Amino acid sequence: MRQLNQALHDSTDGSFEVLRPDGRHAIAVGLDSAATVTIRGHVGYYCGGMNQQATVVVEGNAGPGCAENMMSGSVRVAGNASQYCGATAHGGLLVVEGDAAARCGISMKGADIVVGGSIGHMSAFMAQSGRLVVLGDVGDAFGDSIYEARLYVRGKVTGLGADCVEKEMRQEHATELAELLAAAGFDQADVGEFRRYGSARKLYHFDIDHAAEY
Amino acid sequence: MCGIVSLFPKQPELEPRVGALLADMLCQMTERGPDSAGFALYRDAVPDGQVKLTLQSESARADWGDLHGRLRKLDGHATLADHGNHAVVLTAITPAEALAWLEANASDYRVTSWGRSIEIYKEKGSPEHVIEQLHLRELGATHALGHTRMATESAVTTEHSHPFSTGLDLCLVHNGSLSNHNRLRDRLTEAGIHFQTDNDSEVAAGYLTHRLAEGDSLEQALDHAIRDLDGFYTFAIGTRDGFAVLRDPIACKPAVLAETDEWVAMASEFRAIATLPGAETAHTWEPEPARVYSWER
Repeated sequence: MRQLNQALHDSTDGSFEVLRPDGRHAIAVGLDSAATVTIRGHVGYYCGGMNQQATVVVEGNAGPGCAENMMSGSVRVAGNASQYCGATAHGGLLVVEGDAAARCGISMKGADIVVGGSIGHMSAFMAQSGRLVVLGDVGDAFGDSIYEARLYVRGKVTGLGADCVEKEMRQEHATELAELLAAAGFDQADVGEFRRYGSARKLYHFDIDHAAEY
Repeated sequence: MCGIVSLFPKQPELEPRVGALLADMLCQMTERGPDSAGFALYRDAVPDGQVKLTLQSESARADWGDLHGRLRKLDGHATLADHGNHAVVLTAITPAEALAWLEANASDYRVTSWGRSIEIYKEKGSPEHVIEQLHLRELGATHALGHTRMATESAVTTEHSHPFSTGLDLCLVHNGSLSNHNRLRDRLTEAGIHFQTDNDSEVAAGYLTHRLAEGDSLEQALDHAIRDLDGFYTFAIGTRDGFAVLRDPIACKPAVLAETDEWVAMASEFRAIATLPGAETAHTWEPEPARVYSWER
């Protein structure tokens, strides 16, 4: 695994294929070039973590922490992603064509995440900035203690977390949602079917009336 | 951190290879649990009126011949198959009588399992070492569960290793930690459940034993577990006819399920499942939190 990642780190661009990943951890972590890496199978923990510039495609499912702390570039998972995919990601685009499990986009800090299926509970917890688009349903405690990330959901939301509220979908939101769907390859989805969620900004400053929610 | 694996063949042709397949799965979970390893195999069911016990000796040089001789005074037809520091005893006396006799007459032997088909083997040491010592690769089974342990809350000893027996033909393996196990152990001890260690996972096993004795089905017992067990867990539970999987509602501890026409498998990580024939095209998914999944024949 170290040899593979070293070879990927050493390249400035180019195209790579990873065969028989068999669920191994940390594949294509820490890339910082315009390389394209296609992984033909299921991967384990942290695939595409800390990615900068590179394009990583997983033709299978991804284990926990996929694209964690991504800075730029893109990671696409053709199957499902396990828990905390896109956690703390600062930039780039993460696309999960299937479902993502719990804590999707937790503490995201500027990345765009588009999920074709549904996502689990505690997703977008303390999400600071960036956009999260979900074409399916969302689990409980969505966007708990959220800052300025913008959340778009087509399906139903089991429950909103503290300080996360549904917001008006204005033209600028419809425009950015259409761009995100197009970038992720879901341009057939109807923007009009989505709802927008974000911060009520009531937890930004201490307020004794909200003490129970902190 | 710990590793869990389970394998449930759907076709009898796979059964002779279950030990070898489970061994490969367990080895992939070495980093998750290098301290100890164990496995429960469901195999060679005994006929009505008989019970199968797996015994484990505290000493590496167990005198199984002596124990067998003493057992035969109790039941002239009792058999004992020596398996290193484990042995499998078949006897016609009831499980309760057998357990009571062993406690009174052979307290240096531990009973790891009792039932019609279950056999539990476990040991300190790396998974590869334990697999070699106990010849897992040579053993067939109708289905099997395994565990690799990285101890976080109690000592690294053989008796703290998993699987834990939860009554007749039942066993449990656990990845996680329970926070209310001391209080729960007290409650269950008052209700007559016997514990061998201070391990939290054994409390989960004892809890299921208790619920099943109260008349719950396995599914009901697991539903009650979601309410009564506080902490982190992914459980795999073995039964005579199949196995079940349950994750706590927070679901921090990983789990992957996979199914083909030939088998159903569960593991902490996909890389354990990747060792199975046909894994690359298996239907593979993550079990949802607080939902009971079960398979049986």
